[in-house]
Amino acid sequence: MIWLTWRQFRAQAAAVAAVAVAFAIVLAATGPRLADIAATYRDVFDHLTANDRHLFYTGIVVMAVAPVIIGVFWGAPLVARELEAGTHRLAWTQSVTRTRWLATKLGVTALAAAAAVGLLTFAVTWWSQPLDAALSSTHGSLPSRLTPVSFAMRGVVPVGYAVFAVVLGATVGAVFRRTLPAMAVTLAVVIFVQIAVPTWIRAHLAPTAEQTVMFDRERLDGISIGDTGPGSPLRMTVNTGGVGNWVLSNQTVDASGRATDLPSWFGACLPAPPAPGTTEGPVKVQGPDTMDACFQRLNAEGYRQHLVYQPARNFWPLQWAELALYLAVSGLLAGFCFWWTRRRLS
Amino acid sequence: MIEFSLDGRSGVSPYLQVVQQVRQALRLGLLREGDQLPTVKDVVARLAINPNTVLKAYRELEREGLVAARPGIGTFVTRTLTDASLAAHEPLRRDLRRWLAKARLAGLDEESIDALFTSTFRDAQREIA
Amino acid sequence: MTAVLRAEGLGKRYRRRWALSDCTLKIPAGHVTGLVGPNGAGKTTLLSLAVGLLAPTAGTIEVCGGRPAADAAQLAKVGFVAQDTPTYPGLSIADHLRLGARTNPRWDDAVARSRVERLGLDPAQKAGRLSGGQRAQLALTLGLAKRPELLILDEPVASLDPLARREFLQVLMEAVAEHEVSVLLSSHVVSDLERVCDHLVVLVDSQVRVEGDVESLLESHLRLTGPRREPATLPAGQHVVSASHTDRQSTLVVRTDAPVLDPSWTVGRLGLEDLVLAYMEGTRAVAPGPVMEVLR
Repeated sequence: MIWLTWRQFRAQAAAVAAVAVAFAIVLAATGPRLADIAATYRDVFDHLTANDRHLFYTGIVVMAVAPVIIGVFWGAPLVARELEAGTHRLAWTQSVTRTRWLATKLGVTALAAAAAVGLLTFAVTWWSQPLDAALSSTHGSLPSRLTPVSFAMRGVVPVGYAVFAVVLGATVGAVFRRTLPAMAVTLAVVIFVQIAVPTWIRAHLAPTAEQTVMFDRERLDGISIGDTGPGSPLRMTVNTGGVGNWVLSNQTVDASGRATDLPSWFGACLPAPPAPGTTEGPVKVQGPDTMDACFQRLNAEGYRQHLVYQPARNFWPLQWAELALYLAVSGLLAGFCFWWTRRRLS
Repeated sequence: MIEFSLDGRSGVSPYLQVVQQVRQALRLGLLREGDQLPTVKDVVARLAINPNTVLKAYRELEREGLVAARPGIGTFVTRTLTDASLAAHEPLRRDLRRWLAKARLAGLDEESIDALFTSTFRDAQREIA
Repeated sequence: MTAVLRAEGLGKRYRRRWALSDCTLKIPAGHVTGLVGPNGAGKTTLLSLAVGLLAPTAGTIEVCGGRPAADAAQLAKVGFVAQDTPTYPGLSIADHLRLGARTNPRWDDAVARSRVERLGLDPAQKAGRLSGGQRAQLALTLGLAKRPELLILDEPVASLDPLARREFLQVLMEAVAEHEVSVLLSSHVVSDLERVCDHLVVLVDSQVRVEGDVESLLESHLRLTGPRREPATLPAGQHVVSASHTDRQSTLVVRTDAPVLDPSWTVGRLGLEDLVLAYMEGTRAVAPGPVMEVLR
């Protein structure tokens, strides 16, 4: 049975493996130079070439696309194509139970997907290591590894995405019984989940850190005007005092601890707003003395800035938690897929 | 060795056709004592018929004492039907030819000859019975 | 008589339509059983239930002493050649044999190889490139080399030309003679089955109409032709299968175990095809009720 699965699967497997290996080789060739730069210079980011930046973003794109491709092209046709071509009538009447047939197909494909994406994520994680280390000590110009876009392209989570995509594709294929609709639905669901998890779920997978800070210039990140036009309240964001943290909430609170906008008098601390017609946005701060005075007044009136964030040290706990989440959901989906194949496809 | 053939439109069941063809071959001297009949597998592979049909025909021939099955080897002819009557075939055939020529002269076509022969044959059979 | 297939009140429903209903059957071992009926009568449904591709909605079915597809051992007992003989187009003939060898404990590789050789097929050829007849032969080879107790074939010759049809049945019958495998095959063309079957099941409108040994079916069915009369006036032992009337004449097909003594009838025998057709027509003539309902 393993042989049959492999025999049916080897062409697609070879294609993906070739891409994965080629990309890994490119990373392996360029990685050592990056490590050298990191060891030699204080700030890696001043010495990155355009090529390095391209590779960094290519890594992100490849890692974002790989699970989707695998789910759509490996997972969705897994059962659907057999049902569509009628070959399940051949496969299911050999001396192998349907459950074992599905277990083997799903197992082999999920393992292959995990291996291919595992190789990719290992290569990308290794290649980005010098940059990630630098991000922890200085402000870098590339997204840190805890921000949603980078997080999903490092460590162990991509393996979870790939396994999930395969199981999802197979299940959707078993339910729809047609390859093309199964591929379309798998594509849509995988993309939705990849957006939904960082937006609503990831932040809750590990305990967050909180800070309530007084205002000063060091901490200031930016001041913005609300979007209700001229005269709308001002908002301020501050930084966490460390780098590589993933800020979830950045909110000004008043003396009683309630979330609020900046008081209206703070507008006088700012230079004149840009001419009408240009968009509102971060406004440059006025002279240092004026600003310091404004900050002191804010502090004296009991205003504070409340920060909620995932600290940089939570990178690996979050990685493992998210991997476990994906594998658990994959397990549930697989259980449903087995039930459906045994009961509903008859 | 003989080969069987089946006529799908004769209305005679396949098993009976096999029996009749063996009897015919015995009568005409195509099969003699000690000759082997085609194996069931051979007949089946040639005619694409059910093996049970052939088995049933062979059992029928065995019951009539014409053949005997030797397990693992095959089915063999044990008796011949070509006794003394074979010698009489030739003069009878000559008589029949002469009769046929006479019938044609009398203006009978093939169908009429066939009908006349069949009805006479049946009447004669009834008398014997 | 040991039964190779036993069904009791078997039924299968797709959403609201019953594809097979209240089917009670006993198919004897060691026979070649033909399952005939018009298209859409439920033949494929019955066969799919027998190999466990479908699960029954009602009743029970037992094949070779077990529930179909219950486990690997049960699957090994039953071979199946599905309608249109599906194969993997991208896999070669040798790959298919390997698939059979790796998934069947009783696989007979010698049988498989010698059959492919005798068919004159190149083992390296992809199944997608085979003709319909060759593909059917490949599927049959897979079914036979599995060495099942019961081989089930769904419309195996329907899509084949006459020569391929003959060759297919030759190989099948030879295997029956050689391996003593029981066979159950379906067809909507009776003449395909006439020579090869010694047991017959007629399925019409998702129900079993008649079932039995071919010889005894042929012996017990007669065609009666005579002056017009109502079928209800026949003696008790004679069951009307189909009836047609003109203003003066009646033609009946009856099932009876006793000879017909009424001198007003001209009595004739039926071929298998006529017998089956009589049952198909009979349901149409005897049961006009459902037809009316469809029209409303």
